[in-house]
Amino acid sequence: MTTPLLEVENLKMHFPVKGGLFNRAKAKNYAVDGVNLTINPGETLGLVGESGCGKSTLGRCITRLYRPTDGVINFKGTNIAQLSSRQLLPYRQNVQMIFQDPMESLNARHTVGELLEEPFIIHGIGDRQSRQKSVAGLLDTVGLPARSATRYPFEFSGGQRQRIGIARALALKPELVICDEPVSALDVSIQSQILNLLMDLQREFNLAYLFIAHDLAVVKHISDRVAIMYLGKISEQASSEAIYAAPQHPYTQSLIAAIPNPDPHIKVERVPLQGDVPSPISPPPGCSFHTRCPQATDRCAVAAPELIPTDDQHWAACHLVGPRP
Amino acid sequence: MSPLLSVQELVTEFETDEGRVRALDGVSFEVTAGGTLGIVGESGCGKSVSALSVMGLLPKPNGQIQAGQILFKGEDLVAASNERLSQIRGAEIGMVFQEPMTALNPVHTIGRQLTEAVALHTDQAIPEQIATAIAILNRVGIPEPEIRMTEYPHQLSGGMRQRIVIAIALICQPELLIADEPTTALDVTIQAQILDLIRSLQRDLGMAMIMITHDLGVIAETCDTVVVMYAGQVVEYGSVFDIFDAPKHPYTQGLLRSIPRLDGPSKQPLDIIPGMVPSLHDLPPGCRFANRCAHQIPDCSGAQPAVEPVTNVHQVRCLRWQDL
Repeated sequence: MTTPLLEVENLKMHFPVKGGLFNRAKAKNYAVDGVNLTINPGETLGLVGESGCGKSTLGRCITRLYRPTDGVINFKGTNIAQLSSRQLLPYRQNVQMIFQDPMESLNARHTVGELLEEPFIIHGIGDRQSRQKSVAGLLDTVGLPARSATRYPFEFSGGQRQRIGIARALALKPELVICDEPVSALDVSIQSQILNLLMDLQREFNLAYLFIAHDLAVVKHISDRVAIMYLGKISEQASSEAIYAAPQHPYTQSLIAAIPNPDPHIKVERVPLQGDVPSPISPPPGCSFHTRCPQATDRCAVAAPELIPTDDQHWAACHLVGPRP
Repeated sequence: MSPLLSVQELVTEFETDEGRVRALDGVSFEVTAGGTLGIVGESGCGKSVSALSVMGLLPKPNGQIQAGQILFKGEDLVAASNERLSQIRGAEIGMVFQEPMTALNPVHTIGRQLTEAVALHTDQAIPEQIATAIAILNRVGIPEPEIRMTEYPHQLSGGMRQRIVIAIALICQPELLIADEPTTALDVTIQAQILDLIRSLQRDLGMAMIMITHDLGVIAETCDTVVVMYAGQVVEYGSVFDIFDAPKHPYTQGLLRSIPRLDGPSKQPLDIIPGMVPSLHDLPPGCRFANRCAHQIPDCSGAQPAVEPVTNVHQVRCLRWQDL
């Protein structure tokens, strides 16, 4: 049994919703509402869900871009959930993030060389000469020519910019990288290049990834285990094979059925999931999925199901799925 | 039987700060009555420009059709006046765009935006217009249409907004619907609802459709015929089965191999297409895909390969398709 790199326990992130005469908090947005997960060294955990399910908020809590409302984030045995930004400095070397749109996450007024050197300067690593050597090494690692260092982000295509974003995340040799929709904005042929790069880098540097995306086929491809998120909670978690071959939660089943299959011989007449995702500001009582669930019973509207082990390395939060025999 | 829409050797150019670019270079395709044509390709390949050219909605004065014909029911839309195009748009050809929030006017009610199209293209009186609008809202699955008519776009969810946009496109019962990435901005469960809706509407109304998307899954599910575009040209054209079962162009083959599949293995390297699309400002003289192609030979960089027939439907623009 390996010791997990990251253990998240009962993590909650509730944002105040302000309004009214004095702009007081009048409600809460339950963006992340009691999430447990673990990531082992060198492993990829995929996190899938629809817009507004809280998957990006969860990633931002783990990188401590947000200070969570409640819960524990143990990284190598230290709870970093409530640390101050000064105390977080060593943690930030170890946990980095890759964003969806590198054009927005890269400062357009800096050259790529300056952007890649910045992490070393912030953490006081090396002198100018050694830093520039590291920058050249990083560019090579992500497959960009050395002359890129003197250019500006706008001179690059989307795929190349994402390579720069990856190089920046890897600069300080982190052990965990949070990837928030890193390939969603890319064309199909470029998407596969970046996915391969991420998998190569993982092997080379023994990186662990939390891979957040809405595309289950992409997530399943790159992940060892997959967690499905709905309205701030994990509804199912299993190995990437099991989540596709034997999904247990009705939401996961609908999600898989909804994906258009790139095979014209399969013309499915599916029963699409009705309605929209409820608002996380007023999540429904009981199971948060019961308003759209084709199999919901009276009990689902009253009692919220716990995430329980239902099979070997398989967890689901549904009243209809019994515990592991 | 002559096709509903026949686009022939269309050339569309844009005036840009860095000079003139040819966004479409000799694009030809046909849409049969009631059929669905898919246009697939990556950003900048010209799939949206094809739609805008057909609709006569190229940004003026920078976008210009330089050559070619767009025959809609035998009438050449390239030569048609703006007044004639306004008559056709909305009435005979409907459109659905990717972003419903930008397609809808935020300061007008849903009802006003729906009845506007009816008022423009028919001589119905106002009560009839409202009845037509409510009927189409019912048809696209909007609950409580009477109430929705008085609401504004921001009061609706993304999926509901896209249903409204579809309702506006269909309210005059067009013979052709052009859908440009209609589900790209939507979540996958909402995408499934919208695709089902479009399919059932198409079946009921006998309408033809052009489905523009980068998603090969959407193409496989909705289309009969497929155009694969690359850097402003059609590189392969055929039935959906030709394209998915026996693709001839190395680009089509590469695209199909590079997508992660749900039933595929995890954590295996994906097949990739190396490099990237050439800039339209700086196109190579020969095959535009040559610099990324695993099968290229010196001849590929010489002259543009011509479009060659594989069968009487299936066409490919590649020198070496017979060897591959």
